[in-house]
Parts: sequence; C-alpha cells; structure tokens
Amino acid sequence: MSDGKVNPVLPPPSLSVGVIGWIKKNLFPSWFSGVLTVVLGYFIISSLIPFIDWAILKADFIGESPADCTSEGACWVFIGTRLDFFIYGFYPESEHWRVNVIYLIFGLIIVPQFFSAVSARIKMILGVFGVTVFPALSFVMIYGSETFGLPIVGTSVWGGLTLTLILAYVGIVAAIPIGILLALGRRSDMPLVRALCVVFIEFWRGVPLITILFMASVMLPLFLPDGVTFDRLLRALIGITLFQSAYMAEVIRGGLQAIPKGQYEAAEALGLGYWQGMGLIILPQALKIVIPGIVNTLISLFKDTTLVLVIGLFDLLRAVQATIIDPAWRNVATEGYIFAAFVFWVFCYSMSRYSQMLERKLHTGHKR
Amino acid sequence: MADKRTTRSGGFARLWNDPTVRARTFQILTALVVVYFFWTIFQNTVANMERRGISTGLGFLSQPSGFGIVMSLIPYNETMSYGRTFWVGLLNTLLVSGLGIVLATIVGFIVGIGRLSKNWLVSTLSAVFVDTFRNIPLLLQIFFWYFAVLRNLPGPRQSMEIGEMFFLNNRGLYLPAPLPEEGMGVVWGVLVLALIGAVLLYRWARKRQEATGQQFPAIRVGIAMVIGLPLVVFLAMGSPMDWDVPELRGFNFRGGIVMIPELGALLLALTVYTAAFIAEIVRSGIQAVSHGQTEASAALGLKRGTTLRLVIIPQAMRVIIPPLTSQYLNLTKNSSLAVAIGYPDLVSVFMGTTLNQTGQAVEIVAITMLVYLTISLTISFLMNIYNKAAALKER
Repeated sequence: MSDGKVNPVLPPPSLSVGVIGWIKKNLFPSWFSGVLTVVLGYFIISSLIPFIDWAILKADFIGESPADCTSEGACWVFIGTRLDFFIYGFYPESEHWRVNVIYLIFGLIIVPQFFSAVSARIKMILGVFGVTVFPALSFVMIYGSETFGLPIVGTSVWGGLTLTLILAYVGIVAAIPIGILLALGRRSDMPLVRALCVVFIEFWRGVPLITILFMASVMLPLFLPDGVTFDRLLRALIGITLFQSAYMAEVIRGGLQAIPKGQYEAAEALGLGYWQGMGLIILPQALKIVIPGIVNTLISLFKDTTLVLVIGLFDLLRAVQATIIDPAWRNVATEGYIFAAFVFWVFCYSMSRYSQMLERKLHTGHKR
Repeated sequence: MADKRTTRSGGFARLWNDPTVRARTFQILTALVVVYFFWTIFQNTVANMERRGISTGLGFLSQPSGFGIVMSLIPYNETMSYGRTFWVGLLNTLLVSGLGIVLATIVGFIVGIGRLSKNWLVSTLSAVFVDTFRNIPLLLQIFFWYFAVLRNLPGPRQSMEIGEMFFLNNRGLYLPAPLPEEGMGVVWGVLVLALIGAVLLYRWARKRQEATGQQFPAIRVGIAMVIGLPLVVFLAMGSPMDWDVPELRGFNFRGGIVMIPELGALLLALTVYTAAFIAEIVRSGIQAVSHGQTEASAALGLKRGTTLRLVIIPQAMRVIIPPLTSQYLNLTKNSSLAVAIGYPDLVSVFMGTTLNQTGQAVEIVAITMLVYLTISLTISFLMNIYNKAAALKER
C-alpha cells in the first residue's frame, strides 16, 4: 500500500457467480431450503414427465374419428372434431359466419386496448362503441332480423364459448350503469334512497349466484302477469345482471370514496347541480381509478357464467360435459376438461394481466 | 299581471330549488315506485300460483319427503319430513364449508408465504399454483376432480389402501371410525381441564412477564399439558377406544367412516380454488408491513422468530383479515355448486329435490336465500368485531 500501488480488483469467488452462484443463492441458501428444493424438485419431475408423455409425446393430434386415437396418450383428436360445437353450440352451421363477424369486430375493439401505441382517444372511441353500438349490432347479427334478411336463430340453440362470452359481456355492460346508480345511491344524503341501495346491494352479495339463477328460472315466471314469458337466456341474464350490479356498485363506491372531498366541493362551488357535478367532475375520475376493479369483477363473472348450466343453458363447460360422455370415444373426460380449463384460463389470465398493467399505469397520478 | 306571474313562478321555483323539499319529494316518489313494484309482483305471483294450483304456506315442511339422501349427519330416511331434509342439507353445507375454510386457510397461508420465499423453486411453484387455479372456474375444477379423477379410481375390490385401515376407491374414502368405550368420558374431561389450565397458565405467564420481565415458556408447557395429560389418562384407563375398521364385504365396504366422492371432489376444488385467493391476500398482507418494522424490531434485539410473531404477523393480520373474511363468505356461497355433482347440500336437497316435488318455489327459494344471508351477515358481523379489536388504535 505504501508504494502507492492500487491492488487489482479480484473477481468474485467462482462459487458466488454464474450458474453455480445462482443455484447456490436461489435453490440451496440453507439446509432446510435445500431439502425443500430436492423434495419439490423430485415431486415436479416425477409428475411432469408422465404428464408430458401423456399430453404430448404419446398423444394423437391428427385424425377425424375415434379410430384415430390409437396410442396410450391423450386423444386430442376428440377436441379437434368437436371444436365447432365447443365454439358455437347448436348454432346452425350455415349461419356460423354471422358469429364470426361479431368475433372479428370484438377482436378489433379489444386488441388495440393492449397496445400503448394506440392513442387514448381511439381507445376511448372503441370502448364507447363496444358498450353501446356493439351489443345492439351483435344482437341483430346473432339473433337475426327479417329486415336485414338474416334468418332468426332462437336463443335455445346458442351455445358454447359464444354463449359464455355473451353472458359475460351483457352481464358487465348492463351492470355498469346500474352499479353506478346504486353506488351513488348508497352515498346519497337521502336516508330512504341510501337504505334501499344498501339492502339491494347486501342482499345480492349475500346469496350465492346459483340461488339467484334458480330464482330467475323458477320464480321470475311467477312474478310476471299472465301471458308474458321470458326466454330462458333472458332470465339467466337478468339474474346475472342483478348479481353483478351489486358487486359493481361496491367497486364503484370504492372509486367514489377515493376522490378527495375538495373535488366534490369544487363542483358545488362552480354551481354545478348534483348530476352535473357527478357526471362531469366526480364520475370520470372515479371510474378511471376503478377500471382495474371492474376488470377483476369481469374475471369473476366470466368464471361464474359456467353456473348457467344448472338451469339448462349450453355454455362452453356444458358443451364439454355433453360431448365427453359420448360412448363412441374412449374416456376423454380429462382431455375435455383440460381443453375447457385452458380456454377459461387464457381469457382470465390475460384479463388479469391487463388489469395489473392498468393498475401500474393508473397508480401514478392518484397515489396519495 | 306580469308581477303576479313572477311571484307565483318565483314561489314555485323557490320550493323546487329547496334541497329539503326536493329530497323529500324524490324519496316519497321512490317509495311509491318501490311499493307499487312489489305490490304488482305480489299480485301476479298470487294469481299465477292460483292458476297453476300451487299451494302456499309452510305446511309442506311437515309432510313426508319420500326421497333418500346419500349422506346425512343426522338420522334420516324417506319417511321423514321436508323440514328434516332442510336440516340435513343445511348441516351438509356447513360441514363442507367448515372443512373447506380450515383446509383453504392452511394451504393458502403455506402458498402465500411460499411466494415470498427466497427459494426460487418454492416461490415459482407457489406463483404457478396461484395463477393456475385462480383463473379456472370453480365449477370446472369440481367437475374435473369428480368426473375425471375420483370417478376413475379403481372399484372397491381393487381399492388403494394404506395399512388395511384407509381405503380409497370410486365409492369414496373409507376411514376407521372411533368407537369410544367406557371411561372415554374421563379422557375428554381431562382434555377440557388441560385446555382451561393451559389458557390460565398463559395468562399468568404473560402477567408475570409484564410485571417482572421474567419469561416462562407458557406455550410449550401448555401444548405438552394439552397433549400429555389426556394421553396419560387414556393409557392409565387401559385405552378405552376401539376402531371400527372398514371391511370389504361382497361388492362394497362396510363399517368405518365414508367420505363420499362428491364430498371429496367438492372439498378438494373449494380448498384449492379458495387457497389460491387466500395466498394472494397473505402475500400482499405481509408485503404491506414496511421493512422499517422488521429493522426496528431487530434494533430492539428481538430474535427472528419473535419478530415474526410479535411484530410482523399482528400487523399483517390487520391487512389480511377483511379480505380473508370475504373469501370465507365466498367459499360458503360457492359450496352451493355441490348441486352440479349431487353432493346433498342445502341447494341440492332443498332447492333442488324438495322444490321439484312440492313446486312451492317462492317459499323454498326465500328460505334458502335467507339461510345464506344469515350465514353471510353472521360471519361478517363476527369478523367486524374482530376487525375492530385488531384495528389500529390511534391515540
């Protein structure tokens, strides 16, 4: 040191860098952790290898009939042959193009939302189009209309993934306005309005969706005057909307509560009335911060749509249930459920990633 | 003339712009609309039920049901009343919810803490668990466990077994049933006494520590007391307990306790699904405790375990409890999916079979919803009490 020379910087010990260093730090930091790694590693490998073997290596992918499933592995041929049924249900094949057009428009609305290159204005326009014109357009296309020369296709043959998406979409779009009104009502100064909203919200949140669907399917017909009947799908949609609007109201109330009091006072100071103040000042801010919450309720609604099978609607899960018992095929229950699980998972996981992304993005301005 | 008009409209405008008057008018109108709405529904329902010849009232509850139920916690057979089927269903719902809550809490806490582990394999595996099971509909998971797994188990003759005591086949899981003999009552009595003693000991030790600073290993001694004392008495009495081991007779097993596959599938699915949500709650709760707290307790000289027990967990629990409660409620409500695989819960037995047989939709749907509402409100009431006790006491 005294001769003024600086010692060269030594490289870190070889055991603490590179692959070995990573393994030592992340897999064997202590003896307990190391034992855990070994046990879990053994468990994963011993279950993953047979699964890959079954699902990929020994599986049959190509073919058209049960006879093509010759090997011991999974019979994915089954999924391939029934794919149309899983997507469209009993919807007549000659009219599938109508559903496809709606899927295409739906894709055009949704996909740009994931890209930051698209301007916020375009996203807004697409979003508004998605909740106003699009549902009406979809109804005309899927149900049919004599004036446009589209043959009527009754709701009893709607099914599969299409029905699942319809239930979730209508549920969420119809629940948002009702949810806003309920949330405002729950925070109202008028005791009667507040009490009614609280009772409404807590009632629907307190009972399982299945009992609501039962109610919608067996009690709703009793509530209506003689001669008025509701379609089965419409009954399910009413049940889902009531249920969902209660949850939506609580999400939106969270947003309303997060808006500082100064904003409410500022709206009043500007001389705005209640609806003007809410519509122009409070709700735009509140709704913006609850978008992730809305997406989260959409995820749970999407999963909950499977319950409609108990009242006899033919959603994706019911379509899978109905086909896997076909005696022409050997036991394909596992393949069917894995396929359905995969479809639901892709939708829910991408929605949850989207909501996390939004949360990160929106967290900047409103963090207090 | 012009003057007069201004005053009149001015008076009306003043009235119209008076917030109290407006609020009252609006509320009266709302009340009228609501009352009219329910009145119409009531009228329609009465008319519809008369037309269809559906009887009303709760009289059906005392009529004989005439159908069997595969699993019942209380004695039940076809000759008993619909009222009895209600209790059978309710108890089955409470059983599966109670078991589900305990198991989901255990699994959820393990996975949630696992996600924060420094071990890469443990944290990745926990994350995969959460992301997989949270994003697959519960009903699909129930179907998977029931139709694809439990239904495909070997038949009774080829059961999987552990030590000729536990048997697993496509009819269910068979466990040995305890048969208490004379003298078992004394053992239970000692257990209760030991529990009371342990609580008293813990209180005494705490008081002493607060007063003098001297510590006493109350928890360890307490556990030893609760396990040890009854065990000693049990052995001293000559083991007054026999086991009813299930046996294969003919085509099925006899004796023991049976866990039917419907219960197994429902419980598995509810546990895994809810545990994935609880894991996320636990993770975010622990992460919500700021690192400064850990450092402060280290600076005070607390050991790692003590830090966890006295500093981190109590603060994390404050964040964890409210969402955890709503998960418990969700689990209880989700147990109604039992109807889809035929586990005889409240919805399946009462809202399903009983409703189909009697046709009294209004009463049955109302009773069922009321039960779930009561459960929901009770749990949230109890949790609110706890929450108040655990909330930050700001001075």
